[in-house]
Amino acid sequence: MTDVGDALMIARNTEGKLVRRPLSPHLQIYRWPVTMATSILHRVTGCAVGVGTLLMTWWLVAAATSDDAFDRVQWFIGSPFGLFCLFGWTVALFYHFFNGIRHLAWDIGLGFEQQEYTLASWGVIIATAVSSVLVWIIGLVAW
Amino acid sequence: MAETPEVDILRTPLGRARGLGSAHAGFHHWWIERVEAVALIPLTIWFVVSLLHRVGAPHQAMIDWLSSPVSMVLMLLLIGTTFHHLSLGAQTVLDDYVHQPLIKLWSVLIVKGACAVLALLCIVCVLKIGL
Repeated sequence: MTDVGDALMIARNTEGKLVRRPLSPHLQIYRWPVTMATSILHRVTGCAVGVGTLLMTWWLVAAATSDDAFDRVQWFIGSPFGLFCLFGWTVALFYHFFNGIRHLAWDIGLGFEQQEYTLASWGVIIATAVSSVLVWIIGLVAW
Repeated sequence: MAETPEVDILRTPLGRARGLGSAHAGFHHWWIERVEAVALIPLTIWFVVSLLHRVGAPHQAMIDWLSSPVSMVLMLLLIGTTFHHLSLGAQTVLDDYVHQPLIKLWSVLIVKGACAVLALLCIVCVLKIGL
């Protein structure tokens, strides 16, 4: 064996003998515990917030251009599709925000127990739902 | 049981593992992404609250808001941090899921370029509105 990638799949067992590492089964074999869903959702929402920055850019460009351009972007945001985008962006932003804090906690070594892990997953989902709804209620009342 | 495998490479296990992550490098990338994440916590709260205060507000209200030096600086910080954090995050995703080297290179370059362009565009707009 001369390929470095293949060599990585070789390890020593407890008796010091070289063995091939076992391969874990692939994605579709698992049922989806909440921890798995919240893990991939971090990437999904990160990308979604990234796409949402296009709306922020349009908004700033319009505001820097003219009253008419600003009215157009405000009209879009107020249209059903615009509201849908903005709501999706709110949810994605809050999810990435709360789950990001969870990631930072892991980085300093906190929250790795199975129970904490599951609990924090649900915590992130609930916090996201509550703050998204709250922000939209406040926003709609103010409007 | 298959025959005992052999390794003919004279390198330590760590040496063999080094550089084999999907991006081939990355502590700095990882660390900066975290620093920006921490910075984005207060900035995001400020941004959401500021927007909530100005739902449906006319154009002039937004110009007044960004004309305050504090709002302008915070907005510029938010823009810079967000787009840099985004370019690092998007690169991680592309590094992990795009396997063909040439497509990987191009997609990372395009996404990073787009982040830089959008960031500059937003910065220029904020300065134009506020100054």
